[in-house]
Amino acid sequence: MNKLLLSAVAALALVSSPVLAQPTDILNASYDIARELFEAENAAYAATGATVTVNQSHAGSSAQARAVLEGLQADVVTFNQVTDIQKLVDGGYVTADWTSEFPHNAAPFYSFPSFLVRSGNPKAIKDWGDLAAEGVQVIFPNPKTSGNGRYTYLAARAWATEAYAGDEAKIEELLTKLFANVPVFETGGRAATTAFTERELGDVLVTFEAETLAVVKQLGADKYEAVVPSVSFLSEFPVAVVDKVVDARGSRDIAKAYLDFLFTPEGQEVAAANFHRPQDETVAAAHAATFPAIRLVTVEDAFGGWDKVAADHFADGGLLDKVFVNQ
Amino acid sequence: MSSAPRSAGANVLIALSFALAAIVLVTPLALIFSFALREGLGAYFAAILKPDTLHAIFLTVVTALIVVPINVVVGAALAWLVTRFRFRGQQLLVAFIELPAAVSPIVAGVVYLFLYGNQGLLGPVLQSLGLQVMFTPLAIVLVSLFVTAPYVARELVPLMRQQGTEDEEAALSLGANGWQMFWHVTLPNIRWGLVYGAVLTNARVMGEFGAVSVVSGSIRGQTNTLPLQINLLFNDFNIAGSFAAASTLALIAVLTLVLKSSLEAWERR
Repeated sequence: MNKLLLSAVAALALVSSPVLAQPTDILNASYDIARELFEAENAAYAATGATVTVNQSHAGSSAQARAVLEGLQADVVTFNQVTDIQKLVDGGYVTADWTSEFPHNAAPFYSFPSFLVRSGNPKAIKDWGDLAAEGVQVIFPNPKTSGNGRYTYLAARAWATEAYAGDEAKIEELLTKLFANVPVFETGGRAATTAFTERELGDVLVTFEAETLAVVKQLGADKYEAVVPSVSFLSEFPVAVVDKVVDARGSRDIAKAYLDFLFTPEGQEVAAANFHRPQDETVAAAHAATFPAIRLVTVEDAFGGWDKVAADHFADGGLLDKVFVNQ
Repeated sequence: MSSAPRSAGANVLIALSFALAAIVLVTPLALIFSFALREGLGAYFAAILKPDTLHAIFLTVVTALIVVPINVVVGAALAWLVTRFRFRGQQLLVAFIELPAAVSPIVAGVVYLFLYGNQGLLGPVLQSLGLQVMFTPLAIVLVSLFVTAPYVARELVPLMRQQGTEDEEAALSLGANGWQMFWHVTLPNIRWGLVYGAVLTNARVMGEFGAVSVVSGSIRGQTNTLPLQINLLFNDFNIAGSFAAASTLALIAVLTLVLKSSLEAWERR
């Protein structure tokens, strides 16, 4: 009996230890709401004749960064935040110049915080200012735990900075009202979506445009409407090869080839079909009807880069804590 | 029992408990199956036969097959130790046995992460040996062993205390050796506690979500157990798929209870 158990445990350990010779599979650690996107991307990748099996793991982008640091054997990461890849750089898992390994700063597609309202838009929500109005309930994930939530905070602040010509007191007043309108902060993007759709909480869901369009398609245009604000915050979804893992497994070539595919017209087409805005201009032009024009501000223009955002806004006691009243 | 006429009050109470059981226990179970079958039998089996879901069922069953026997043996040994011997630190040991049941499963998961993760206590040693524990099926087995460790001992300790040592002493005085005493006296006395402990352990292993979710890495088709898979399908808006997966978990639970009841019935004959 005990021998049997021992061999079972040993077999499990064998199965779980990294394969050294010629791996034919890679693991893509990805963010929460990218499940459908990568299911489609991986199918399209297989259709190109690639024989590599791409396994998927999904959770909040920051949670995935932590998992990789703790030993999740991900060959590639596809995150929704530059800062989460930075954590892997700091931990020695990803090379410091990862943004130059692929085109477009290693971000094959992008999105931005946008609105999803119930059919007919009963609260007449058109822009960021409307979210702070009295009697409007807003759903978005907790900026403390979710990249999605942090993008939402930055987008609202970017709008308010323009609307109030940089008057910090007025900006904070608006943001405080907006945060007070959130009945519950879910920890991840998809949980916020299910709170809005399944539990029917809130008048407006703020999440990536990709998610709003996917919900309208999946759950029906008769129930939900996507509303694009006047301005939003560019949310690039970066990808990187996890050097430490691919070097140990000998999977660098297949990992890089997979990420390269995301930048090809085929990969870009799949992204666009799944409502992520493609970088490829030809593909973007073909999907112009899906993606209305919008002015997007970048982290460099509006906030002086991610390092400055982390220090000024998201550090303990930073500007986010000032307006995040009912956390 | 049946000789005394029941009062009206007793009848009302009995009816109430049946109604309550129907609302609280039967309805949700029936709902799972009705949701799962909403799109027809074909769609139901198609959902269950999806490779990722099938693998989740496989992983959950294998985990239970490893964890339940180990914890039954260890639990019985622990119960034996604390009820048949007197030693310093006995009460402390009893308290330690209870510990996994007293802490939240998420704490158990995080503790394992801090132990076996790359940044954890044993991480550097494991890494230098080229061993990967975290985010593998092995981690799921280990954390399941931890959270379900108390169940068998918790069933057996009160039972063995209450039964005392008289039967065993009689066996020994009649010339039985240690093993004979265990097989012919102790084991028959505690067998129902053992079975019930195993049933509880099994239910908990198969249903564990919190601790497993921390250590699994939730790789589809590799380290997703059935509860994680149900959660994933639900969050994917795949309601039919998630209820189909949930129904298999419920079905396994019902089967275990049927097995236990029929064992009892067979024993009574």
